[in-house]
Order: sequence, then C-alpha cells, then structure tokens
Amino acid sequence: MIIKRIASFLLLATMLLPLIAFVGCHGQKILPEFSVPEEFDTSKQYEIVFWSKNESNPTQNAIYDKAIADFEALYPNIKVVKKVYTDYKDIFNDVITNLPQRTTPNVCITYPDHIATYMQGENVILPLDELMADSKFGLGGSEIKFDSVGADEIIPEFLNEGKIGGVQYALPYMRSTEACYINEDLVEKLGFTLPEILTWDFIFEVSEYAMSLGKDENGKYIANGKEVLIPFIYKSTDNMMISMLEQLGAPYSNDQGEMLLFNDTTKDVLTEIGSHISTGAFSTFAKVSYPADMLNMGQCIFAIDSTAGATWMGYDSPLNDVKDSSVPYEIAVRAIPQYDTQNPKMISQGPSLCIFNKEDSGEVLASWLFAQFLLTNEVQIAYSQTEGYIPVTSKAHNSTEYQDYLSRAGEDNELYYDVKIDAAKLMLNNIENTFTTSVFNGSSALRNVAGELIEETRKAIERKQTVNDAFFERTFNKMVSLYKLDQFSDDGLSKQSLGELPTESKMLLGTLGVVWLGLGAYYVLHAIKSRKKRINY
Amino acid sequence: MKKIICLALVLIMTLSFVACEKEDINKKSEGVMTWQEYNAAALNDEVTIEAYVQGKQGWWSDNGVGKATIYLQDGVGGYLLYDLHCSEEEYGKLVEGTKVRVTGYKVAYKGEYEIIDATFEILEGSYVAPATDITSKLGTADILNCQNMKVAFKGLTVVGIEYQGGARGKDIYVTFSYNGANYDFCVESYLTGADSDLYKAVEALKAGDVVDVEGFAYWYDSAYDAETNVVNPNAINTHITGITVK
Repeated sequence: MIIKRIASFLLLATMLLPLIAFVGCHGQKILPEFSVPEEFDTSKQYEIVFWSKNESNPTQNAIYDKAIADFEALYPNIKVVKKVYTDYKDIFNDVITNLPQRTTPNVCITYPDHIATYMQGENVILPLDELMADSKFGLGGSEIKFDSVGADEIIPEFLNEGKIGGVQYALPYMRSTEACYINEDLVEKLGFTLPEILTWDFIFEVSEYAMSLGKDENGKYIANGKEVLIPFIYKSTDNMMISMLEQLGAPYSNDQGEMLLFNDTTKDVLTEIGSHISTGAFSTFAKVSYPADMLNMGQCIFAIDSTAGATWMGYDSPLNDVKDSSVPYEIAVRAIPQYDTQNPKMISQGPSLCIFNKEDSGEVLASWLFAQFLLTNEVQIAYSQTEGYIPVTSKAHNSTEYQDYLSRAGEDNELYYDVKIDAAKLMLNNIENTFTTSVFNGSSALRNVAGELIEETRKAIERKQTVNDAFFERTFNKMVSLYKLDQFSDDGLSKQSLGELPTESKMLLGTLGVVWLGLGAYYVLHAIKSRKKRINY
Repeated sequence: MKKIICLALVLIMTLSFVACEKEDINKKSEGVMTWQEYNAAALNDEVTIEAYVQGKQGWWSDNGVGKATIYLQDGVGGYLLYDLHCSEEEYGKLVEGTKVRVTGYKVAYKGEYEIIDATFEILEGSYVAPATDITSKLGTADILNCQNMKVAFKGLTVVGIEYQGGARGKDIYVTFSYNGANYDFCVESYLTGADSDLYKAVEALKAGDVVDVEGFAYWYDSAYDAETNVVNPNAINTHITGITVK
C-alpha cells in the first residue's frame, strides 16, 4: 500500500515538474548551471564569438586583433571570432534579439545595466565568482598560460561595478569618466579666468554672457566671430541629469530597484537647463551633433564628452573630423562642473565584459580564459592608450610602461596626444570621486528617461510650449508610459507579461490538467475503496 | 430595349473608368499639407502629411520602445520620419508603397529635414516612386528640393571609400567626384547592412571607377546652423541603395 502511494506521488511529481518548468520558461530549455571543469581539454577545438565595441577608432580594432592573435597562439585550440560594434545600444539590442535563439556571443563588451536585462533569462549570464576564485583557471590561476591578473590587482571600485545582487557578473575592461573640454582662448577673450574646478554657475555665466553679446553687422556672433555659436554642449544628456542629481544629493534610483527620478529636484534641474536652452547658451548632441566638431570649429566654448572621446577634441587632435573647418585654439581639460567644489562627483563608465553560459563547459572555460586575457597588461595598456581610458588594474597602473606613457604627454599628436593623456589623468586622480548608479532590470530604461527629460524640455522650448509643473507632470507620465517603467517592480524584477501562451501550450496544459484530475480522482476512489476494504476487514 | 442596353453599357463603362482611374498621389485629405506647404513650414512646427513608404531602416527596440526611420515620398517631394515610434508588427506593415498619414514636428539635423515625435496611420493606396535622375542638379541650389527623394546619379567617379570605425560592419563613407567637385555619399548600415549585395558591391569599388548610383537624398551639413537654417547644397549625403559600375 505504501509503495503504491509513493508510486502515485512520484507519478504526480513527474507530471508536475515539467509543467512548472514549461510555464516558467515558455518552452525554452534552461541552460545547465556552469561548474568549473577540472581540466581544460586542449585537444578539443573551440570557437568563441567576441562582440567588441570601438569608438570609431581603427587602432582599437587593431589592438583587439592583436590580442586575439596572441591569445590564439597561447591556446591553439581556441579560435576567437570578433564582431565589431560602434555603439553599446546596438550590442544590447543584438543580444536581446539573439537571447531566445541561444545565438548570443560567448564574450561581450557591455554595460552592467544591460546585463541586468540579459539576466531575465535563467542561467544566461555566467556568474564569475567561482571562476575568479578557481585555483587553476581563476584570476592568477596556476594553469593559466599567460601573466594573469590577480583578483586583488583589479581596482576594487571598478570590480564592484560588475556586481548585481552581490554576485559578480561582469569584469571591468576599461574605465572612463566625462570631461569638460574647453576653448580657453574664448573664455579669456570674454574676460573670465578658468578655475581649476568648474562649477555649473561658472559655465552658465560664461555661456550666457557670450550669447548676450549678440551678433555683429555681418551676422556673426561677437563672442567667437562665427555664424554659429552654442557655448555649452553636453554629449550625454543621460549622464548630465544623473550627475546633476548625484551632485545635489537628490534621488535617482536605489539598489532595491526603486525609480526615484521623478522628483522636485529633477524639475528644478530641468527648469535651470531650460532657461539656458531658451537663450541658446546650451544645447545637446541630439540637436547639434558632436560637441567635438563644434569645439574644433570654434562654435562652442564648453564641450562635455567622455574622456574616451579625447582624441577627437582639439583642432590638431588625431581624429578631428572637421580638420578643414577647424580653428586653432588653446584647449583645456577639466572635470565636469560641480555644485560643491569640495565634494566633486563624476560618473564612472566604460566597457565591461560579460560571459554567456553555454551547454559545453569547456567552451565557457575557453571564453573565460579569453576574457581574462583582455585584462593582461599588454592589452590593458595598449587599449587605454587609444583614448582617454584608463586600465582597470593596478598592475597596469603601476607598470613602468604605463607610467612612462603618462609622463610623455605632448611629445606628439598621436600616442602622446596631451589632451588624451590629460583626460586619462583626470580619471586617475578622481577614482575616489567617481560614482555609478544602481543596476537592476529597468535601470537601462531609467537611464534613457533621464536624458529624455532634458531632450523633452529642449523640444518643448523650441516648440514655444510652456515649461511648468503641468509640463513636468505630463512629461513624467509620458516617460513612465513610453518606457513602461511602471511594469518593473521595486525589487528590480520585471513584472512585464510574457504574453498569452501559444495555443499548443494551452492544449498541452489542458491535457496535463485532465491527467492531473484523472490521477486525483483515481487516488480519491482508491482511498475510499481501501477504507471500505479496511472496514470490511 | 436597345436604349436600356445602351444606357447600361454606358453606365458600366463609366463605372469601369472611375474604378480604373489612376490614384492621384498628390491628392491630400483635408487638413493635410502639400509637400510645398510642408517645405515652407518653419522648424519645430507641427506638420501633417500624407505620402508613400519608399524605404526603411531597420526596426529596433530602445529599451522597449520600438523605433524606425522611414523614407517617404509623394508625387512632388520626399520626407524622412526619424525615430518613428512603432511596434515591430506595425513596422512590418510599412512595406514599400504603403500610404501613410503622419503628424509630427518638423526639425532639421545638420541640414536634414526630418519629422520627429510622429504618430501615423496606414491609408488605402500604394505608390512606388521611380528614382529621379538629379545628376545635373549636383552643385546647384535646386538639389535642395530633392531632399529625401529616391534619386539617381549617372557617371560619378569613385574617389575612395572609408569604413565607419575603420572596419566593415557599420556605415561606408563613399566619396565621388563629378564636374570637378567631390560629394560624400554613404552606405547606411541600418538601411543596407554588411550582408547586403549593395554593401559588398560598394566595398569592391576602386578609385577611378565610374558608376551610376541610386539612393535616398539625405543631407549632412556639418556647418549647418539651425538659427539661420541655411543648408549647403553640396552637403548632400545620399544613402546609397543601388550602384552600377560602368
């Protein structure tokens, strides 16, 4: 009797388990959890796909190619196939597109915000803690065929940025912040002296003054002698809003995934920005294109862009896109403007690396080895030198080669381009002043919205609409609705519906339900019969 | 009886004629702008137009917000819908020739006129525009009226090509010369990606090749100033859709 009951229970459980799995994943098979293999099979051939990103900078491509060649020479059984992107959003969208088909790359340059979205698929992204600590294949592991970086040699602030819910899902690859690139000649011509630490008040004051001078009889701005003048341009309005709120100690989001952006300080910030848009003193990338171009053509005084865009800044910069229209000027590099000069804050950004889980643990290990290779001094230093990036390891920072590089600013306009090295030093000197925002499912959308609020304000002003409380309420609601922000729960888990189940799934579930009912009925009848039998006895 | 038959025949012929009447691609519904009215509208004005889909760049999801960029044309001129919010399903319905009514805001980005923040509805009707040969307009102010149209150029000479980012995958910038002046065109990867025959054909071009080109007359004027709204005719940056080496 007991055996029969156990058998019935097992039968029920057998029916139940696939049902739960089926409902949970809509028919998708979940990848097995990865565990580090004891050995790496060097007799087996692996092909791993690496989705990389560069800043339209051909040298970065060349460095990836060299890194791949060097890695393949060490591990002849691993072939790395590289795909190049010039935009993080394109990578993000392609990953999202490829997730259901399991055609994601093995290693991918990404932002932690994006990883939080990828993680909505179970076991899709590899947690790295176990791998990092593995004595053979972990960071500095005994079986690694190259000079692997130790865990304690990755800058802790940068490493922590790759943690989601306390688990390491991303390795930092490069880090940058934003810098304000300034036409110092114009600042001085307007009668101002550039301070060491910029404030928002200073930038807006100079910009407004430049606009207030108006145009001459030839239709040229008196401030710069050009037909075009946009004194202040911020490339990333997302970062602008986030940095201003951070500096003001105002809420934006938190680790619990609460979206706190829609507050009174945000309204104040937008009102302030709007007042400078209306005079023409400030504009954005979405409106006027690249700040570097405007700066180099003498049409802009303050251009805020990533330190990873430093090689575009300056009339004689290596990647100046508008050489024919550029004007000579003295360029200065400063941290982004601050509200509190005693407590400067600037964003930490830059590419990270994530690894996608696969069926074959050997393939995953091969991916991990390649990701680790990208943290070696050779790759880190070479890549960081292509822009105002900084390496993410103290091992690279402290190396003789890197220190020598930093000390040679201005020796030429290529490798030792002074603006680029100044931008890197800005980040190196401010690591403790950098901040990041919380990562959760929905944080990427929230980041978009932060920038969109500035763009919506700009467009409203250009369309002669009134920017007031009613506008803010309307715009906040529009953003929540457009980006479906109300469909993300506070714990960062998406509440978004997966949609109606397909007909086949409904039929299968219905069949399973009938089987269940049948089993239940049988069980009840059987129990009644047994009781009767027992009474009869 | 004969009279009735004759009357019926006349009626049938009249109705057939009405049914077969060619669609007037320039006819606009009430409250809809003609191309000339759209062209005359100030920047940041709200505009409503009716036109036909001639091409589209890939649909993409920006953090859950579907976006697409669409080339439209009527019998007079072209339009560009930039970052049109639409679902993937709606995007699928916007096939070449589809007639749409669009309401949005007219803006200019580097001299390229666009309609942004737009809403749209699909209407009855279909029209696929031929590529208009505007070679003779190169270097003249007339070419500005061809912006966003499906156009053709004959006998351009290849000066060189350059990949965006230094490697294949993204846009290809192509410089052509004609009548002693250089023009920078573009293989827009969102329109014709690296897997397309067009992308591969452009990659194979050599300096000195003489080619016929088709594409959408896009603009990128790096010196454009929204305040004066003066667009440089030579900043035409055609998005190439077809190329024939002579």
